[in-house]
Amino acid sequence: MAEEVKLLKTWSSPFGLRAFWILKLKGVQFDFIDEDLSNKSPLLLQSNPVYKKVPVLIHNGKPISESLVILEYVDETWKQNPLLPEDPYERARARFWAKFGDDKVLASIWNAFIKQGKEQEEAIGLAIETLKFLEEELKGKRFFGGEKIGLPDLALGWLANLIGVFEEVIGVKLIEKERFPLLSAWMQEFAEAPVIKESWPPHEKLVTKFRAIREPYVAAAAQPK
Amino acid sequence: MADEVILLDFWASMFGIRVRIALAEKGVKYEYKEQDLFNKSPLLLRMNPVHKKIPVLIHNGKSVCESSIIVQYIDEVWKDKAPLLPYDPYQRAQARFWVDFIDKKMYDTSRKTWATKGEEQEAAKKEFIEVLKTLGGELGDKPFFGGDNFGYVDLCLIPYYCWFYSYETFGKFSVEAECPKFIAWVTRCLQRETVAKALPDEKKVFEFVSVLREKIRVE
Repeated sequence: MAEEVKLLKTWSSPFGLRAFWILKLKGVQFDFIDEDLSNKSPLLLQSNPVYKKVPVLIHNGKPISESLVILEYVDETWKQNPLLPEDPYERARARFWAKFGDDKVLASIWNAFIKQGKEQEEAIGLAIETLKFLEEELKGKRFFGGEKIGLPDLALGWLANLIGVFEEVIGVKLIEKERFPLLSAWMQEFAEAPVIKESWPPHEKLVTKFRAIREPYVAAAAQPK
Repeated sequence: MADEVILLDFWASMFGIRVRIALAEKGVKYEYKEQDLFNKSPLLLRMNPVHKKIPVLIHNGKSVCESSIIVQYIDEVWKDKAPLLPYDPYQRAQARFWVDFIDKKMYDTSRKTWATKGEEQEAAKKEFIEVLKTLGGELGDKPFFGGDNFGYVDLCLIPYYCWFYSYETFGKFSVEAECPKFIAWVTRCLQRETVAKALPDEKKVFEFVSVLREKIRVE
């Protein structure tokens, strides 16, 4: 029976991009649909009734939601070019860093992006403290996955591209080379890796989008209290 | 070589209870070390420097953190007995999805049913009931989330049950009245010795929550 693999994502979602990457890295044939989140398709609403969010992977008609769940599903279903190691302890570490990325890094960077004034200073401080853990984890490694790209690299990969966008919009450098030499090197190497480098959404379009997202926060902070 | 397994945990933690159930299901012998969360031990800080939280599983000197990750680790290491996650990749993905849902939705909402008051508490109660109803919808007519057998999702959710008495008392509502199917599932889980032994007494949890409420000055 022919495999039918469909990915629902958006042009800009870093979560959708993860799923896109793993399918490409494994050489899986798939179709994708870039959703308009202001007008969600019936397929999306039916495939992810709990969250109604992207990405959703639909494999032979069966939907899977939540990007990290999708990554593990793809890794288990298409066994070539494995993203998770065999050893259970190393697998646990890979999952830990992927989860840390979503639970802590993303939240702290987002706060640094949307907050203003004194709150922003504090948020930037917290983001830097969080990023230090990533810098530490990269010691002696080329990628978070070791010698080659693994699950945590795909999970954290949004840093390689969106950090530059956020820094441009807020006018503050979050990941300085002097303070984060390993993380900076990883960002560059990941961004230029085969498959990854061809997939980045257009930079200017992202800057425009995120500048627009930040606007209401700037306006709110400028209101007299 | 004999395995050395140590669990750093806190008696009332619903996350720690998950790990205790998983280890019991697999028949793993381990040393339980109760942690003082208001005065964290050097061992805890060394074994979980990133989050400084329990539970932490220390297996032959190497630490595994984050309860859902620990349970998957236990399932993979002690794979010859009592499988916790399903074999089929699609079923596994569904199980991971629901544990992720539980992790995203249960803790914060349930905490607000006792840690807040007034409108915030009312909103939290409504949301908590909605979460239970969504889970009830997923359970459907199956005996367990895993189907015929107790599995990963059941194991990750049931520890919350010992806190229900506290949520209901402080929040003034009844889970059984709102979601009877859910309570039917709870009863089935409690028939399992591993679960019944791992859950602390709900009245002890209530005393603990009362102390916590005072500490954070809810009234």
